[in-house]
Amino acid sequence: MQPFAFITVTGEQAARQAAAYPDARYLAGGTTLIDLMKLNVERPSTVVDINAVPLAAISELPDGTVRVGAMVRNSDMAHHPLVRDRYPLISQAILAGASGQIRNMATTAGNLLQRTRCYYFRDTTMRCNKREPGTGCAAIDGYNRIHAVLGTSEHCIATHPSDLCVALAAVDATVRVVGSKGARAVPFGEFHVLPDERPERETALEPGELIVAVDLPPLPFARRSVYVKVRDRASYAFALASAAVALDLSGGVIRQARVALGGIATRPWRAHEAELLLEGREASVEMYRQAADAALAAAIPRRHNAFKIELARRTLVRALSRAEALS
Amino acid sequence: MIGAAIDRLDGRQKVTGRATYSAEWPIERLSYGVIVQSAIAKGTIAAMDVSAAEQAPGVLAVITAGNAPKLPQGGQAGVNPPAGRALTLLQDTRVRYNGEPIAVVIAESFEQATHAASLLRVNYHEEQPAVDIMQALPTAEPYTKKILGQFEPFSRRGDVDAGLRDAAVVVEATYTTPLETHNAMEPHSTIAVWERDQLTLYDATQYVYGVKRFVAKTLGLRDDQVRVVSKFTGGAFGSKGSAWSHVVLAAMAARHVGRPVKIVLSRRQMFGPVGGRPYTVQRLRVGARHDGTLTAIDQDVVSSTSTFEDWVESSTLQTRMLYAAPNVATAQRLVRLNLGTPTFNRGPGESSGTFGLESAIDELAWRLGVDPIELRLRNYASVDPETGLPWSSKSLRECYERGAERFEWSRRTPAPRSMRDGDHLIGLGMATATYPAKRMPASAAATLTADGAILVEAATHEFGTGTYTVMTQIAADALGVPIDRVRFELGDSNLPDNPISAGSMTVSSTGPAVHAAAVALRERIRQAGADPSDVESCRRIIAAAAGAPLSATAAAAPGAEKARYSMHAFGAVFAEVRVDPELGELRVARVVGAYAAGRILNPKTARSQMIGGIIYGLSMALFEHTAIDPRNGRYLNADLSEYLVPVNADVGDIDVLLLDETDEHVNPLGVKGLGEIGTTGVAAAVANAVYHASGVRVRDLPITIDQLLAGSDR
Ligand SMILES: Cc1cc2nc3c(=O)[nH]c(=O)nc-3n(C[C@H](O)[C@H](O)[C@H](O)COP(=O)(O)OP(=O)(O)OC[C@H]3O[C@@H](n4cnc5c(N)ncnc54)[C@H](O)[C@@H]3O)c2cc1C
Ligand code: SF4
Repeated sequence: MQPFAFITVTGEQAARQAAAYPDARYLAGGTTLIDLMKLNVERPSTVVDINAVPLAAISELPDGTVRVGAMVRNSDMAHHPLVRDRYPLISQAILAGASGQIRNMATTAGNLLQRTRCYYFRDTTMRCNKREPGTGCAAIDGYNRIHAVLGTSEHCIATHPSDLCVALAAVDATVRVVGSKGARAVPFGEFHVLPDERPERETALEPGELIVAVDLPPLPFARRSVYVKVRDRASYAFALASAAVALDLSGGVIRQARVALGGIATRPWRAHEAELLLEGREASVEMYRQAADAALAAAIPRRHNAFKIELARRTLVRALSRAEALS
Repeated sequence: MIGAAIDRLDGRQKVTGRATYSAEWPIERLSYGVIVQSAIAKGTIAAMDVSAAEQAPGVLAVITAGNAPKLPQGGQAGVNPPAGRALTLLQDTRVRYNGEPIAVVIAESFEQATHAASLLRVNYHEEQPAVDIMQALPTAEPYTKKILGQFEPFSRRGDVDAGLRDAAVVVEATYTTPLETHNAMEPHSTIAVWERDQLTLYDATQYVYGVKRFVAKTLGLRDDQVRVVSKFTGGAFGSKGSAWSHVVLAAMAARHVGRPVKIVLSRRQMFGPVGGRPYTVQRLRVGARHDGTLTAIDQDVVSSTSTFEDWVESSTLQTRMLYAAPNVATAQRLVRLNLGTPTFNRGPGESSGTFGLESAIDELAWRLGVDPIELRLRNYASVDPETGLPWSSKSLRECYERGAERFEWSRRTPAPRSMRDGDHLIGLGMATATYPAKRMPASAAATLTADGAILVEAATHEFGTGTYTVMTQIAADALGVPIDRVRFELGDSNLPDNPISAGSMTVSSTGPAVHAAAVALRERIRQAGADPSDVESCRRIIAAAAGAPLSATAAAAPGAEKARYSMHAFGAVFAEVRVDPELGELRVARVVGAYAAGRILNPKTARSQMIGGIIYGLSMALFEHTAIDPRNGRYLNADLSEYLVPVNADVGDIDVLLLDETDEHVNPLGVKGLGEIGTTGVAAAVANAVYHASGVRVRDLPITIDQLLAGSDR
């Protein structure tokens, strides 16, 4: 860990001012940031503790949007009635992640900004374009069982590890941020960006911008939704593959579908191709398989992760079947 | 008293944080050492720039090969495998594995030392390392020395080729186990304190006398210049059986800065420098007649070691004695890789070896269409088939029977994929567990003090196994006094000499010494005219002797029994698995283990040992594997987020049966040891159950989703 300045702030304004120091980082739950600082992967000059900034509320807006504050703990979000009842896939996704202790610390914004678990990213003795642009990617020809098959580039194949974000992608959440240019709303689908040639850039966030909330739009059929996660052990492990699914079913026909995948892509992966295939069709396992094939059509396997393609297909079929079975 | 299920005497101390672990001793003027590790697997250090580190705040010194004191014999004076290891003590600039110690930074605080350690700049002349066991397999060479100084590296009885020709069915398959890293909860830690030329080490260890002697030799000191203290160790599993580099480096660093130095390894630093279970590649050929009679077993085991010390995972030993096959051959070979030297890991040899052997026996049972238990009974060895010696005792038949009954083995329908629960496939599998009953010389002292309390002392160890508790029970029993009048002290090389706490032999070695010392004290008390069980009379004799305590010492050692009997603990382990055939998810819903291991001194601590051992085996079966970068041997998943071990949700119902067994030969207490047998057989039982459930035979541990998916249909 490198020496750093530590500043505690109580308001948004102060937070953004403090974050103007070069290489400053906000500290929320710290479950990503502190780990990476210990590994010397993150070396901020200044750490701005935002735990006292009042951003920990969950509220309903007049139009039915549910606003989740940036500092809401993951556990509180998962168990909040507005989230649990209206967006089961979100609750389930959170509770399938990490451990109880970590979820009690982890925050909404922190979860969106968690970094990849790529071994090479986390080890400063190895080459990594994301950590040190231009040094190369040690994972592409290395041990890459946990790496991505969708959204990869020749510069980075790191998996985005979040569970919550997969569900947020499915419901078309909006990320509310404030920065030196004022407040703006970033659609979830534009929040995380593909690695392409610049894997060091992971989100649309500008330096110093503060996430204040995540908005969940009204989506009545999300009551029929599930999150299915497959991992190496029963709990406390990152997804090898996961699927967040919501179905609007009527008389056995799929009117609308929301499909997103996790554990297999460089960012939370909304599968529009699958949705298009499903919409207007009769619900059946055969349809789900076709949708799964469409979702994974562009997948590129590497030496150790080819199994993830088939696993993701099956995970998606399972999620769709389970969602259908809900009343 | 013996046989009573009493609670752990140190339980409250541990759960309230009052047990002092090695890193926790309050030491004045303590400074902190942090080890810097290599970033390549093979080569030499061309240049090291320590200036930034030296100038960082709080730094007291940076020790490298450039300024480290030259040790006798280049730091190799204490090397005496398997306990005295070849270490890295900054005596040269060679690099032999990725993560090898190359410097120590000492500072006023741990944080300052850690920061400064990151400022070292190192240039290497890098060479091409060998880190892939499969690629290196053709370079395997027969191991020719005795394993652990005791066992032949190969065995041959009868004529295996003839036996295989006689067989109606031959199973020929290769099984592999990965590199496993112990990951005890407590990281390795050492505090080194010099008082003039006397060195005290507070060390997380399984062997205080071993560390004392090894460090003395390595540093060129007399034995009596080194004292090692280790009152509690937070898990070890074999990884703390030897003094590793950080122990000696702490002593060197403390002398260098003229202050006590503490070195606590980080989790990452526990991957490589402090051992692990090596890779094994086990080729088995097993032949049998139609009726299930074994005609031959051939096991060839290649295990990995480092390039600077030959350490053998003795995975062939159980194969020599488990079945009454007339023709058996085994061989151990070694492949040298640019990785850290492996070491004992819970059931070294037997845990990995039973995976190969007991999987192959299961495959044979399928091929023959014979029930797996029945096949084992048909080849039951009523004497040790390798030596012809009688068993000191053996209740394996009862273990199979009682275990099968408790497990409801009879529910099992033989065909693969024939048992279901909804969408899940259910599988039942079993395997044999076995571990030798070992013993070493030990000694103990017992002292009656003025208040009538009895202090019993032996330099053995407590790393979670219940040593404080059972030794107190043994002494109280021999003295005929209640438990609370006895206090047992361990973990200090100023106490009577005791062997390494490993090989499941603490109770069988130290127990008889404690018993003998307690009996000797009892007799002295009686001779002095008191009754040990009467506190008042005890106090009176001490008062009469002007307060001088009354004590007795005793030594106990194995005798001729080893030449007359073959001595082993046995068990049968059963696993029920649930497989999701579409997603490849595997859960072990239930394990039943039935064990016969001589006398059980404390059913409660014994049961805990067995549960822990079984979970360790589940961990081998399902999760553990140290990922190595195929190019530069970097330890990749070196933290507890990525190196998976079971969490509670992975551990189903575990049912342990401890059978009554009387053994009059093995040692005076009739105990066989429980530390390791619980881990043996478990991985095979799970793999066999997985085959029964899914029809997928997994021969490479751990059993993961990828493998089950590859073997399943859509
Ligand atoms: C062992 C382990 C296992 C885990 N398993 C899982 C899992 O299975 N599934 C899963 O989804 N996650 C998992 N996680 C990740 C965990 O969910 C994240 O670490 C957590 O959500 C991060 O939130 P935090 O509040 O602690 O973030 P912090 O560590 O405080 O911050 C993370 C990043 O976000 C920035 N940041 C924080 N708040 C703001 C804000 N308001 N505006 C702008 N920037 C901000 C910080 O500067 C930092 O860069 C695991 C983590 C660990 C350590
Ligand atoms: S996959 Fe991405 S994060 Fe991992 S080493 Fe390559 S560039 Fe770095």
